[in-house]
Parts: sequence; structure tokens; C-alpha cells
Amino acid sequence: MDAIQQQIVQNKIDQLAGKDVYVHLETTNGAYASHFDENAYNVGAFIRNAHVSYQHGKIVSTGGSYRVGLKLDLGWVYAEGLTDYEVDDKDRLLMAGHDREGRLMVALEISETPFSHEADPDE
Amino acid sequence: MSKESVVVIFPHPDDESFGASGTISKFRDEGIPVTYLCGTLGEMGRNMGNPVFANRETLSSFRKKELTEAARQLDIQVEMLGYRDKTLEFEPRDEVAAHLKERIEALGATIVITHYPGYAVHPDHDALGAAVVEAVGKMKEADRPQVWMHAISNNHELDLGDPDIVYDVRPYWERKLAAIKAHLSQADGMMSLIENNTQASEQLERLKTERFYQYSYK
Repeated sequence: MDAIQQQIVQNKIDQLAGKDVYVHLETTNGAYASHFDENAYNVGAFIRNAHVSYQHGKIVSTGGSYRVGLKLDLGWVYAEGLTDYEVDDKDRLLMAGHDREGRLMVALEISETPFSHEADPDE
Repeated sequence: MSKESVVVIFPHPDDESFGASGTISKFRDEGIPVTYLCGTLGEMGRNMGNPVFANRETLSSFRKKELTEAARQLDIQVEMLGYRDKTLEFEPRDEVAAHLKERIEALGATIVITHYPGYAVHPDHDALGAAVVEAVGKMKEADRPQVWMHAISNNHELDLGDPDIVYDVRPYWERKLAAIKAHLSQADGMMSLIENNTQASEQLERLKTERFYQYSYK
């Protein structure tokens, strides 16, 4: 993944608007958060392969990281803290936010094909 | 006594290295076969390498390769059970247990090493450990392997008392560290968590001793 380039990501979001897409949306602070710090809370959520179509979407810079919102007919898809992106060889838009140690804190991914459990053997 | 065979059952690639690779090394030095039944690919892990080299969609491939390398270091066989990371507790336990029972019997296990359900911190650890306990419980008493359970949670000794089996694994420390480091995408993150922890030396010392509680079916 590379540091987010806002215009490239915006173009990809525009390109996928109005299409049937699959979304992976996730946030986590890890299963060990309260194990290593008793004052911490374990918090996480993910949805994999939400099958949606969004009217339009936007990426907004917060100076350091980015928010992305996708407007659905009946709701929204929203992620904050995104720092890195990649358009992979399956033409999927992968975005994630990592902490200083490179640990994933949030992910938002948009694909025209369902996300699989296991990557293809050649990946 | 029947031929010994050790089956290690944990949910993630790297659980075997952090939790039991010293004990595994001891058994391998004694010529006892060890098979690792790895529940998931750890594909939902948040460590992506440091610096980051994996993403959510490629992590499973990296972790599979890392597990193969760790298994080579430890000279053990690996079987992937095909469950999905973070979801084991939501699968019907009797189905998972039936699956595990079939593998435990096929491998002729005399010792099964797993997590201590309720004391293993990660929900996948607790769920798979509970399924192992159920799987072995479904076997005829005479055929049951011993079940050794690894407890991780802070202060578990307060509830559980002293462990039944304690190995000082310092003689195997090099091999254990090599196995941990084979998990490239995970090792840095976990090691820095341990090293930056308020009880860093205690956490590191813990890695040098492997302790297990034996399940009693009585």
C-alpha cells in the first residue's frame, strides 16, 4: 500500500459509483488491547461483502489521514483514519489506516467482485 | 504404551510458535511426531508487517507462507482446518468438535495441546480450546489423549492454581525465537507489544517457560 493520493482515490470512488459493489469495512484495536493494558477496551467491528450500490462518494483530507463517505439509497458507508491505499490487480480499491507500528486500525475496501476468504494462490 | 503422537490445536499461524514451540522442540528431539492443526489463516490480524508489507486481502497468503516456514524450523507437520479468523466462537461447537475428533483420532494423538478455554484472551483461542475439550470428551475413555491447555490471561493462576506441566524451554530458545521470527508479518508487532508492556520482563520470561494445565474428564 502507498500513502493515500486523494485525487487518485477520488477518481476510483467516482468510477465505482452507481455500480453493484462489495464492501469490506472494519475497525479494530486488536484482541489483546485490554490484555496488555488493563485500562484499554477491546473494540472492533467488521462487515465483509456488504453488497451495495452508492450514489456518490467522497474522500476528505483531515491533514494526516482521510475520511471516506459513500452515500447509499438508504444509508451511508463511513470510515475515518484512512492513511494508505492500493488499487490491486483485481482493480479493487483497498484503503486502510495504520498506527505508528504499522498495525491496521481501520479498513475500507470496495470491489466489483466478492472478497474471498483466501487470496488466490498466485497472490 | 502406544506410540506417542502430539497434536497441537490453535486457531492462528504463530500461536504455535509463541505458545508451545519450546515444548514442540522438546518432543521433536525425542523423535515424537508433532502435527499442528491450525484453525484459521489469521487473515483478520491487524499486524501487517513493520514496515507494512501486507494488506487485508494479501495477509492470508503471507501468513500461510510464514506458517510453512515456522513448521520447517520446528520440523512439524501442518494441517489447515479452514475456519475464518475471529469467527470460531460463532460456529456450532459440536460441529467443530466433530471435525477435531476425526483429525485427533486419525493422527493417533496421545497428547493434544490447545488453549485453556476461558483463560486464553482471544475469542478464537477460547472457542477452539473448548471445542478440543469437547472433541476428546466424545472419545471412548480408553482412547482419549491427554489434553494440555495453555492459559494466557493475566492472573489466571489466581483461578487455576499452579500449572500441571511446566517446561523451562531455554534450551530450545533459539529454535523458539526462529519460529516466532518466521512469522514476519506478526513477530515485530507482537514482540514490541511485549517489550513495551509495563511488565515487559515478566512477559518475556513467560515466553521462556511453557506451562500447561491438564484437563480432567472425571
